[in-house]
Amino acid sequence: MSAEPRINNRKFRIRPANVVIAGYLLFLLVPIYWLVIMSFKTNSEILSSFTLFPDNFTLENYQTILTDPSWYMGYVNSFIYVSLNTVISLLVALPAAYAFSRYRFFGDNHLFFWLLTNRMAPPAVFALPFFQLYSSVSLFDTHIAVALAHCLFNVPLAVWILEGFMRGIPREIDETAFIDGYGFTRFFTRIFVPMIGPGIGVTAFFCFMFSWVELLLSRTLTSVDAKPITAIMTRTVSASGLDWGVLAAAGVLTIIPGAIVIYFVRNYIAKGFALGRV
Amino acid sequence: MEKTVNQRAWFLVLPVLVLVAFSSVIPMMTVVNYSFQDSFGGNEFFWVGLEWYQELLRSGRLWDAFGRQLLFSSIILAIEIPLGILVALSMPKKGWAASVCLVLMALPLLIPYNVVGTIWQVFGRADIGLLGRTLSDLGISYNYAQNAFDAWVTVIAMDVWHWTSLVALLAYAGLRSIPSAYYQAAEIDQASRWSVFRYIELPKMRGVLIIAILLRFMDSFMIYTEPFVLTGGGPGNSTTFLSIDLVKMALGQFDLGPAAAFSLMYFLVILLISYVFYTVMITIDKDEAKA
Amino acid sequence: MDWMAWTLPTALFFIAIAAMLFGMSLLHMKYPSVARIGVLGIETMRGDRLFISLLGSGFINLAWIGLVDAPQYGALIICGIFAFCVFRWV
Repeated sequence: MSAEPRINNRKFRIRPANVVIAGYLLFLLVPIYWLVIMSFKTNSEILSSFTLFPDNFTLENYQTILTDPSWYMGYVNSFIYVSLNTVISLLVALPAAYAFSRYRFFGDNHLFFWLLTNRMAPPAVFALPFFQLYSSVSLFDTHIAVALAHCLFNVPLAVWILEGFMRGIPREIDETAFIDGYGFTRFFTRIFVPMIGPGIGVTAFFCFMFSWVELLLSRTLTSVDAKPITAIMTRTVSASGLDWGVLAAAGVLTIIPGAIVIYFVRNYIAKGFALGRV
Repeated sequence: MEKTVNQRAWFLVLPVLVLVAFSSVIPMMTVVNYSFQDSFGGNEFFWVGLEWYQELLRSGRLWDAFGRQLLFSSIILAIEIPLGILVALSMPKKGWAASVCLVLMALPLLIPYNVVGTIWQVFGRADIGLLGRTLSDLGISYNYAQNAFDAWVTVIAMDVWHWTSLVALLAYAGLRSIPSAYYQAAEIDQASRWSVFRYIELPKMRGVLIIAILLRFMDSFMIYTEPFVLTGGGPGNSTTFLSIDLVKMALGQFDLGPAAAFSLMYFLVILLISYVFYTVMITIDKDEAKA
Repeated sequence: MDWMAWTLPTALFFIAIAAMLFGMSLLHMKYPSVARIGVLGIETMRGDRLFISLLGSGFINLAWIGLVDAPQYGALIICGIFAFCVFRWV
């Protein structure tokens, strides 16, 4: 690496690249910082005084959320349908991604494109028909309805990402296994799935994430029993006399699941967001 | 590697087909049905033919929302793509600093859309927000809830904040795939920074940039939650983008017919753009397979 | 199925689309189509040309509704010509 010594020589000089990165990260983190410290302030402090750091550091907002069922059930509901969706998406996407990565078959390119269009379709277009559809089969306000609705974009996403991972695995492995007398099912579950373990993990993460962050469909398809935290938050916003501190705390709690796992998938983030195409 | 022809692969795809057909084909058919009818109370329907299409296509409402949407998506692309590339070029190449950058940059991507809206709603308020307060202390009048221009600036800043990292991460992944021999050759030739970018880095990033443009265009084209939480489409209709308008029509007023006609036209545009990008992507994939 | 509000014309429309897909599949099995590069500079198969025709027809119909006060049959004639051109040259 010939670039190395040059960087070392100038280690203590301010490089433009570092200024760009530092400025960009600052831009990213300041709004988050503001949300986080607001969640530690009392509502009266938020409204009356302008402080960069809470005067009276309080956990009251979090306490409110964790003790009030109308708040914490939102997290539980979100968690249930998001998990359901992740499991369903992975189960159906695994064999399909294998088919796309290994075989040519009638209409494969068109199917692959059709899946992409579902990822690109605006949820707003589907909100109304979904509402009618799930009401007519009396699944309205259930977790499974939201989980199935999110399959609209998560199944295509899972197929594309998994296909990207599977392409990287040499086909000779499949052939050897088949020659050794493995049936397809046994080969797939015993050999292939463990081999793309990281890929499955990353895909699960992205299915989880995209279902977790979505608001429009989950709000449209629920009213009480399966109401997700995101919908609870937006309804609080529209209500008058709202408690900013609690809202901020609720927001911080929704960021935490992603923030915990993010370190493990950091090298695959680009691949996941790019539908496996990187 | 040539793929083998195997028609039985269809059975492996079947579950996806059934599930996505249930989630997408049936609703789409319903939308087509609704778009030609008028409804009372959502259960009695009357055939009205092309009336809704005519009404929408000849009224200002759809075109205004479409215009705002195009303007928004263009501005987003014009800012996020260059900025994302710049950030990617500035990122540390390896070591702990690279990991820290990756993690911090990915953070906004993983925040629920409505929380993104909430963050900026709070951040921009003149009474309790850092940004709003600072601006008003500097004597700049800024109120995203009442001034259309301020609302636009805030929505754009929010989207740049939310999604530029996506472009940067993709571009960074593209940059990392460039063998160091390329850079060494460039150094021997004493190539300028610009020509290294123009003739080595940019061509290598072509594939990922196409994806970045596709995703950013499509996702900004269907943006709903963030501006809905931040401005509710206001002030007036100034930030009412296509999805916001559609949801207002479909779920707010429960106008099934017009909303369905709106949906179909919206979807047709999406389909066209997806197809163009898909074709470009496939072509690039083939080029790279040959190279 | 009540909630889907089916009508005869829309049902016919979907049957027509399904018949087209089915017909194309049969045709493909009998006479596999060969990829070629047409005026758009992209490689297309018969299925791609059908897709482009249908997508284009959607836009032609919308333009007709928006701009012209004549009956919709006019747009269908243009669509037919358009589809012919696509199959011939794209």
